[in-house]
Amino acid sequence: MKNRSNPSGPRHALLVVMMLSLFAAPVLGDELLIRITQGADAAIPISVVPFSESGQMPQGDKISRIVQSDLAMSGEFNPLAPEKMLSLPSEGSEVFFRDWRLLGQRYVLVGQVNSAGGTLQAQYELYDVSQEKRLVGATASAPVSASRSLAHHISDRVYEAITGVPGAFSTKLAYVTLERRADGSLYRLQVSDVDGKRARVRLESDEPILSPAWSPDAKKLAYVSFETGKPAIYVHELSSGERQRVADFQGLNSAPAWSDDGRSLLMTLSKDGNAEIYRMSLANGDLKRLTDHWSIDTEPAYDHTGEGFFFTSDRSGGPQVYHQASDSAGPRRITFGGRYNAAPRADSSGDYVYYVHQRAGAFHIARTHLETGTETVLTRTESDESPSISPNGRMLIYATESGGNSVLTVIAVDGGAAYSLPASRGDVRDPTWSPIVQ
Amino acid sequence: MMKFTASQKALALIFSFGLVAGCSSTGDTMGEDGMESAPGSESTSGQESGSTVFGGEDGSGVSSSEMTEQQRQEAEARAERAQAEAMREITTFYFDFDTAEIKQEARDVLVAHARFLRANPGQDVRIEGHADERGTKGYNLALGERRANAVQSFLVVNGAARGQTETVSYGEEKPAVMSSGESAWAQNRRVELIFQ
Repeated sequence: MKNRSNPSGPRHALLVVMMLSLFAAPVLGDELLIRITQGADAAIPISVVPFSESGQMPQGDKISRIVQSDLAMSGEFNPLAPEKMLSLPSEGSEVFFRDWRLLGQRYVLVGQVNSAGGTLQAQYELYDVSQEKRLVGATASAPVSASRSLAHHISDRVYEAITGVPGAFSTKLAYVTLERRADGSLYRLQVSDVDGKRARVRLESDEPILSPAWSPDAKKLAYVSFETGKPAIYVHELSSGERQRVADFQGLNSAPAWSDDGRSLLMTLSKDGNAEIYRMSLANGDLKRLTDHWSIDTEPAYDHTGEGFFFTSDRSGGPQVYHQASDSAGPRRITFGGRYNAAPRADSSGDYVYYVHQRAGAFHIARTHLETGTETVLTRTESDESPSISPNGRMLIYATESGGNSVLTVIAVDGGAAYSLPASRGDVRDPTWSPIVQ
Repeated sequence: MMKFTASQKALALIFSFGLVAGCSSTGDTMGEDGMESAPGSESTSGQESGSTVFGGEDGSGVSSSEMTEQQRQEAEARAERAQAEAMREITTFYFDFDTAEIKQEARDVLVAHARFLRANPGQDVRIEGHADERGTKGYNLALGERRANAVQSFLVVNGAARGQTETVSYGEEKPAVMSSGESAWAQNRRVELIFQ
């Protein structure tokens, strides 16, 4: 198993590798346990009244219960416990605004769920208490087996109606769990809902799996796997389980990042001597080298324009975040605070870049406002890495350490509430938030 | 002082080989330390050892002194081989945080490995680079490679053929010590040579 360059180039490497039959049907993953670690101070009071139900209901959590928990997890809402409610209306005509004003509520969500012929039908209404006005009145349906999807859809609608920003509750997380055992390590690439539920294992290996990255249509993941004894980049279609090994050059093949059109990947390769950033066309494997420096250049991430990209380079002596506005533009240094800033992630507005920042020996997640250069440290935890921004720009997920294990923590980007998603056993790391897919 | 455990260990090893080098002109020391190549442990060295004793008793003038000189050189060569062999027992090399600089104390050992590779062109070595858990996985992957490349270049400059070597970086994925703190980190920032 020699780590030597492939003479016939990337086209030869574009072999379609069918997944082992074991993984063709995704196996159930370890559901992540949610732990609210910090309450929200300025959260909006909202009452999610338990929906009335008729017909055969799905096992497990009720729809309205999931909506309530989604809104609480966002950190921007403070849902009222149902036992404190003075009445339990399920439609607009039953809502008495005076009652809700007494309870200090700003919004009330009421609804009904009906189950028939294997389909759940939800009818729901969102009211603004002070204006006594209906903001949303809608119906939505889904197969009984997809009750959680239905609930997350309602959460998205409610969130957007109040904040004006699309909700991200229907999106997915990809992450890697790691169990270290006496007889070796077990890495598992998993995909779950953003609340950690409905986890499915997509790939399992004794060797490292790193850096999962969602395609813009959320149908594929690119990642690094050491399954052949050395790092290679794979593109994995989730529905079919079909995989392509797209980069398997001598040396590093790491840190894949998708272009907006899903047709190419940024990646780090060291085939020409040291770690540099390249763009690979997925149609034909053509490579274009984008950086040229004897230092380490890695961890590329497209900026909000989809033209330029951020990356980590230690050309100044230690790792710092740089931005390159186009293929040919010279890199511009972004971070100056401290000696270690790496793993940049852009937000969709173009206002900020987020990254791992070392301060007083601890690693935090920080962001820099690109126009002013102002740096803000966002986390109080101390071994933080792998930041990923939610597609609506409101939440940040990252990996940190708790009780000797790696856990995922979600915070609002402007501080505020946080929740963590520990694995039921072992480490959970390398989180990446999927795009919103309509 | 806990935090220097790893480098202390490494230093202790290096110094013990330094002592061997200092005393290697006497076959006795070599015999004690280089167990496998000690006189008598193999048939060839057993014969050489026997002839030394025989030569001393013979006392046949000029030829005897020539034999002694030759034997002395042979013993020295044996000592050097044993020393190199003992040095080659060391296959892990440590690095400071965020550097890929080969430490002074690792150089003699790596030279021994390079000479061994030159003398054994059929022997391949896999050079695995590692980083400690601090910092980002992506950067650590590149840092592990930089360390592996530094060792590879050093071996090649000192006589190994590039084709005998392959490098791979595991970044922070395969720590030697599964805990946090400077002591563990120091032992995890390393390059390991795997002879195949």
